[in-house]
Amino acid sequence: MEETKKDQPSTTHKIGIYMWIWGLLFILSFCSYMVDWFQFQGLLRWTLILTFMFLKAGLIMAFFMHLFWERYALVNVLLWPMTAIACFVFLMVAEFKYTLFTRLFYFVVGGGV
Amino acid sequence: MSDPKIEGYEFKSGFKGMAADAGSDQTMFKGVHWGKAMMWIFLLSDTFIFSCFLISYMKGRGSTPIDWPNPSKVFALEVGGVSVPLLLIAIMTFVLITSSGTMALAVKFGYERKRKLCGWLLLATALGGLTFVGMQAFEWSKLIHEGVRPWTNPFGAEQFGSFFFMITGFHGTHVSIGVIFLSIYAYKTFAGHYDTGKRGWFTSIKGDYVEIEILGLYWHFVDLVWVFIFAFFYLW
Repeated sequence: MEETKKDQPSTTHKIGIYMWIWGLLFILSFCSYMVDWFQFQGLLRWTLILTFMFLKAGLIMAFFMHLFWERYALVNVLLWPMTAIACFVFLMVAEFKYTLFTRLFYFVVGGGV
Repeated sequence: MSDPKIEGYEFKSGFKGMAADAGSDQTMFKGVHWGKAMMWIFLLSDTFIFSCFLISYMKGRGSTPIDWPNPSKVFALEVGGVSVPLLLIAIMTFVLITSSGTMALAVKFGYERKRKLCGWLLLATALGGLTFVGMQAFEWSKLIHEGVRPWTNPFGAEQFGSFFFMITGFHGTHVSIGVIFLSIYAYKTFAGHYDTGKRGWFTSIKGDYVEIEILGLYWHFVDLVWVFIFAFFYLW
C-alpha cells in the first residue's frame, strides 16, 4: 500500500446526497417514534417498526458507510453472513415457543396431574 | 472512493470485479486500505455479538409467561407534570443520527483536504456521542432509583433488567470508545497528521485521511446497532 499516491485527489460525493440521507433518517426515526406515540398495536405495529428499522439500516449502510459504491466482493463478504443470523433467529423462535409451552404446561397447568 | 491506484492493476466493477477479486493473487481486496478491510471484518464480528444479545433477548422475552414491562411506560419522562412516552430515547436517537451525519460529512471533507472543517465535524461528532452517553447514564440512574436490577424490577418479568443493562451497556461502551477515538482523531486532524503523512502511534503506517473513513465506519455501525436496539428493545 506504500504506492498510494498522495497528490491524487480522491473523488468524493456531493454534499446533497448526505443531506438527503440525513433528512430521510430523521423522518424515518420520527415515524418510528410516532408508532409508539399513537400506540399502534399488533401486526400493524410490528410491520411499521420493522419497515422503518430496515429502511434506516439500509440507508446508513448504503450511503453513510458507502456500501452502495463499494466493490461487490466486499459487499458480498459482508452481507451473506447475515443469512446465518436469520437462521439463528428462526431456530430461537422455535426454541422460545417450546420453552413457553413447557413453562405454561408444567408451571401453570400443572402438568396435567 | 478511497481506494488508491496500484500500478498494473485495473479494477473491474460488478460481478466480474468480484470474481477477479476473489481469484486475485496475494490479496483479495486489491487497493483497499488494509485498515478499512479489517474494520469491516471487525464490524462483521461485532454484528454477530450484538445479534447474539438481541436474539437472547428475543428468546428471554418470548419464553416468559409473566408480562414483559411496557417500555413505553418504563422509559417515559415527566415533562411539566405530563408523562411523555419514550421521550429521552427519542432524543437520544436523534442525537446519534445527527452525530452520524456530521461523521459522514467529516469523511467527505477529509478526502477533500479541508482539514479544519473535517476537524470541527469530528469534534461535533464526539460531542454528540458524549451527549448520548450522558443521557444514557441519566436513564440508567433513573431506572436504578426506581428499583430496576439485573435480577428484579417492579414492572414485570425479571429478565427485563439483565437484558436492558447488558444490551444498552454494551452499546454505550461502544459509543464511549468511539468518543475517545473521535477526540484523538480530531486532534490528529487539527495537527495536520493526515496532510503531512505523519506516522501513527501504534503503527508505522503513514497518516492518511482514509483513517477518518475507517473511524467513520465504526461510528456509523454504532448508530446502526442503535437502530436495531431502538426498534426491538424500546418500541417492540
